[in-house]
Amino acid sequence: MISANLLAVFYLISGVLFILALRGLSSPETSRQGNLFGIIGMAIAIGVTIVSAGNFSTGFLYLLILLLVGGSIGAFIAFKIPMTAMPELVAGFHSLVGLAAVFVAISAFLNPEVFNLGSIGNIKIASLIEMSLGASIGAITFTGSIIAFLKLRGIMSGNPITFPGQHYLNLLLGLSVAALIFYLCKIQSGSFFWLIIAISFLLGILLIIPIGGADMPVVISMLNSYSGWAAAGIGFTLENTALIITGALVGSSGAILSYIMCKGMNRSFFSVILGGFGGTDQSLTSTKGKEQKPVKSGNADDAAFLMKNASSVIIVPGYGMAVAQAQHALKEMVDALKKNGVKVSYAIHPVAGRMPGHMNVLLAEANVPYDEVFELEEINNDFANCDVAYVIGANDVTNPIAKTDPQSPIYGMPILDVEKSKSVLFVKRSLSPGYAGIDNDLFYRDNTLMLFADAKKMTEEISKSL
Amino acid sequence: MEIDPFIFRLSIFILSIFIGYYVVWSVTPSLHTPLMSVTNAISSVIIVGAIIAALAGKTGNIFDTANIFGFLAIILAAVNIFGGFLVTQRMLAMYKKKKKDKK
Repeated sequence: MISANLLAVFYLISGVLFILALRGLSSPETSRQGNLFGIIGMAIAIGVTIVSAGNFSTGFLYLLILLLVGGSIGAFIAFKIPMTAMPELVAGFHSLVGLAAVFVAISAFLNPEVFNLGSIGNIKIASLIEMSLGASIGAITFTGSIIAFLKLRGIMSGNPITFPGQHYLNLLLGLSVAALIFYLCKIQSGSFFWLIIAISFLLGILLIIPIGGADMPVVISMLNSYSGWAAAGIGFTLENTALIITGALVGSSGAILSYIMCKGMNRSFFSVILGGFGGTDQSLTSTKGKEQKPVKSGNADDAAFLMKNASSVIIVPGYGMAVAQAQHALKEMVDALKKNGVKVSYAIHPVAGRMPGHMNVLLAEANVPYDEVFELEEINNDFANCDVAYVIGANDVTNPIAKTDPQSPIYGMPILDVEKSKSVLFVKRSLSPGYAGIDNDLFYRDNTLMLFADAKKMTEEISKSL
Repeated sequence: MEIDPFIFRLSIFILSIFIGYYVVWSVTPSLHTPLMSVTNAISSVIIVGAIIAALAGKTGNIFDTANIFGFLAIILAAVNIFGGFLVTQRMLAMYKKKKKDKK
């Protein structure tokens, strides 16, 4: 047995190590060390908890077996998962954290003595509030992440599902959770507690279904944040510093990421937190009638010729690159270009892909050095001096309409100034509008050459003709 | 008058939010995906609650409902801990600088 004070010190150490783990991510060089700090912190937390429980009988054996089973499942997934599936994976993992929080809250409610929270029917009010909040947020995280997972995986359509009165229903459900927590504190009846969890499960589903596929970067970040707040709620219940610190870190991390993603799409933070991004349906009609406009299209040889004779090329990857798994082909093409003495860099829009940093990971997987990959603000001025912009799988983030047409749903969204480069190569399967449902003006510009093909195939063909 | 220990925990919580705020803003955008997977892994420290819940109770009777929920939470959190850290490790291993021999 260790004394409670010593235990608390160890938890504090874990918490500090977790802070260092995040701190390490400020640059790729220090990041691996940071991850190691995280692992050590986790090992300390688990180790001292087991020692402090001091129960080395049957339960301990089960604990080890379950750790091993869960650990192997996790390790298996971690090694097998393709990098393109990272958004689904993260969503799936969030759901597990959420459910774990719910389970811990339930066992604390059923067996409060173990956690020094009082006795059944006589749990401390503060603990009741904390555990209900933890359970509720955990439950929202769980079902919300499942919906996000299904949408990202394509099992569920990425289209927003909306119905009249949705926001009021959500508000009502939210308020009823609050009311139930209040009554739970007055009359400590289990049925209130179960009801809180059940309503929160429902709320999680309802919050995420109205959010469309390309808004997933915000959703994932938001759920990341929720999982943190759930952990913090449980941390308060268990009076555990490591959990409180971690919960706060993760909560604010997810919140910051959501903020960055919102800014990348020019949406307000609050409209996102409340969910229900409608407003994409009415614009679908406007695409008709524009399709008659002349479009220049070319083949791989044209593209290869253009790029070979360019002195600088900027690659603009988007979600389509991930779908087509074109990152390796792209790297080969870039290598061929470099052999021809062309200067190549990559421009990443904050919301490219389905989660924050999605494109960066894919490019890293294809061995693209990270110092050739630039963020929007870093590279946007370079388009004016660049000969060819190669847009692969991106669309809305290059649409100049965001700057010119206040009526457009994406008006005000920061875009990559692809149109300023001397010529634009746009790899796309068809002229269909992107996620926002609006036509991209860029398709019809004189300096744009459309390459109608699968992103991967086209890129491979270009490499061949180089 | 003594200060309620809750206030101390609240202070830790609030200060940690601030630490998180500054630390996360300094994370380079290209590492935002690993950031998500690692935060996911560390939030699974909730496993400590699961362990306490699972191992609690009288010897010989570890299959109370409360224990079972603890055990279930252990599996979930274990998947996350191993999966989260390993996938982060795998991603971070891919981030390389320009090789010098190339030039």
